Amino acid sequence: MNELWTIAEQKNGKLKSVSFELLSRGRKLADEMNAKLCSVLIGGPMKDETLQELFHRGADMAYVVEDERLEDFIVETHSNVLTDLIETYKPHTILAAATTSGRTMMPYVAIKVNTGLTADCTELAIEEGTNHLLQTRPAIGGNIMATIKTPNHSPQMATVRPKSSRPLPENTSRSGEILRVKLKEELVDARVKVLGIRKDEEEFANIEEADVIVSGGKGMKKEENFGMLRDLASHFNAVIGASRDAVDRGWATYPHQVGLSGKTVSPKLYICAGVSGSIQHLAGIKTAEHIVAINSDPDANIFQVADFGIVGDLFEVIPALNKKLEMEKGGAPDEI
Amino acid sequence: MNIIIPIKQVPETSNVKMDKEKGTMIRDGVQTVINPLDLYALETGIQLKEKFGGKITVISMGPPSATKALKEAIAMGCDDAVLLSDKKFAGSDTWATSYTISQSIKEMGDYDLIIAGERATDGDTGQVGPGIAAWLDLPLATYVSKIEKVDETELVVERLVEEGYQKLQMPMPALLTVVKEISHPRLPTLRGKKKARVSEIPIFTAEKMNLKPESLGLNGSPTKVVKIDFPTVTRGGTVVKVEGETGVEEAVDKLLDFLKRKELI
Ligand SMILES: Cc1cc2nc3c(=O)[nH]c(=O)nc-3n(C[C@H](O)[C@H](O)[C@H](O)COP(=O)(O)OP(=O)(O)OC[C@H]3O[C@@H](n4cnc5c(N)ncnc54)[C@H](O)[C@@H]3O)c2cc1C
Ligand SMILES: Cc1cc2nc3c(=O)[nH]c(=O)nc-3n(C[C@H](O)[C@H](O)[C@H](O)COP(=O)(O)OP(=O)(O)OC[C@H]3O[C@@H](n4cnc5c(N)ncnc54)[C@H](O)[C@@H]3O)c2cc1C
Repeated sequence: MNELWTIAEQKNGKLKSVSFELLSRGRKLADEMNAKLCSVLIGGPMKDETLQELFHRGADMAYVVEDERLEDFIVETHSNVLTDLIETYKPHTILAAATTSGRTMMPYVAIKVNTGLTADCTELAIEEGTNHLLQTRPAIGGNIMATIKTPNHSPQMATVRPKSSRPLPENTSRSGEILRVKLKEELVDARVKVLGIRKDEEEFANIEEADVIVSGGKGMKKEENFGMLRDLASHFNAVIGASRDAVDRGWATYPHQVGLSGKTVSPKLYICAGVSGSIQHLAGIKTAEHIVAINSDPDANIFQVADFGIVGDLFEVIPALNKKLEMEKGGAPDEI
Repeated sequence: MNIIIPIKQVPETSNVKMDKEKGTMIRDGVQTVINPLDLYALETGIQLKEKFGGKITVISMGPPSATKALKEAIAMGCDDAVLLSDKKFAGSDTWATSYTISQSIKEMGDYDLIIAGERATDGDTGQVGPGIAAWLDLPLATYVSKIEKVDETELVVERLVEEGYQKLQMPMPALLTVVKEISHPRLPTLRGKKKARVSEIPIFTAEKMNLKPESLGLNGSPTKVVKIDFPTVTRGGTVVKVEGETGVEEAVDKLLDFLKRKELI
């Protein structure tokens, strides 16, 4: 039986949510071509109980290669391990998340196993008859959607944009087989060493994985005004985003930049204030599910893509919005 | 320190035309620039050269008109340039592109560092940098936001990842792909422009590089573009105008209704 693999990601013994997003895509595709859905985890030590969630979220089987030396992502070693698994078990298709590690490891592995790779897909389907993976992705700043396939090489490989699908609801009655594969010494590449991780901010925000983003642009006028965006964000458990102009002025740091030279995001909800909607900014938000814009200029380009827009002064609208949300929460406005 | 920087020439605007049959870009008559994200790679390389000496070679694979991008890089402060150009390269995917570029790098030899852009603004895959590293079996650091330390044989870099900045130590030669945070690209100087004008840019063809013909261009590419769609940009959403005294309240209420209807709060 053909196998469809999805690459799981972990940190400190916990599975990341992209692992489950991929399984929900994988489940549908595996059913269509009658394949076995396998989650592949290359990382630090993992408990059996933790791995059960892979089955609850759609996997039939899990390949696990665990070792202290695999806790941190190092492209050379992780790629060696994945390449070795591919050569041994010959999967039909491999999907990884288009995260910093997925987008680093997959192109490396595609060369090693001599096959094609499609980047940052937002839609996947199986071609009838051939079982080729039809991979659809935005390119050229989201202005076109290209459908790509790899007709003469195997496996079929794609990275998938985080947040472009939702995990399946947890079904605790599902179970599956865990196959632990021992890390072979010769696959460990000791050339590159991880010295540590630095976080600038208390809550290092990863805007690519956020469900809701509240963004500010040059119209915010100054850094302090991002305070009201943070208040707004707190109501949605959202992270802060920013236009390049806001980042270049130091109102937000680069990891928060959305757009062509920053991050591409696909949240459920993108709220932006004082952002004009330049082509370069829009390139980063085209796959957001819902866009809300607040801008005083009725002709601002951002209204072209907004699902809901308010033409008005953000310094009036946002405080009013924050007040309402505060009241809706049930408590008195001064409760926090 | 000898540095190689692969740069891609891309269309200036986002209004790119596509050949729907072949699934490739129509490049005729479109203004082109150096991929904006490659400017950060160029600046990083130039700063390293200023500190440590050595030379920078820029490489671009593309049509003969890509000499323009290479000349711009020389005007910024790079030393040499090479154009990989051959009809046989046309329609390469990232597999074939990284194969061709890596072969040219092998041909040139003698380098300590390769610095690529994070991704090109047209094809937008970010796969060519890691691909070159794989072909050359070089240690790789992607999304590099800072070079913290460099000495003769080793470098320490920071990568911007989901959890923060990951610090890596790696031997040279190595390949880095860099993000915007790493540098502020300089403008070409007058002297640089003069130098660029008189520079002869050698052209490497498939034959010159001893490439496997079956690994080149459209035919040598494992991926095939089978369909191109142009999604409509406009979402046709609701726009509420704030006017008069009660306007703000009303607009905010409508927004909250919208968010509730969509189950976003
Ligand atoms: C190669 C390249 C890459 C780029 N990459 C990016 C990128 O990654 N991300 C990015 O964002 N940009 C990027 N840019 C820059 C982009 O072209 C724009 O310059 C930038 O997006 C503008 O930012 P902005 O919308 O914050 O500012 P502006 O365009 O100045 O817009 C400010 C908006 O605020 C509104 N406003 C002002 N006051 C108020 C108020 N009181 N109430 C409500 N609204 C108000 C104004 O009407 C205006 O629409 C890139 C450009 C290039 C050339
Ligand atoms: C709509 C569309 C979708 C595509 N999708 C895919 C896909 O999913 N998978 C795939 O394999 N191919 C794909 N391609 C083909 C791909 O765009 C080309 O192979 C292209 O030559 C390189 O890829 P890129 O533009 O994504 O560059 P990236 O990989 O994004 O570029 C990263 C860096 O590599 C260097 N670099 C890239 N190209 C060159 C060059 N020609 N010369 C010198 N340096 C360079 C630069 O430093 C650049 O910053 C697609 C093409 C189109 C038109």
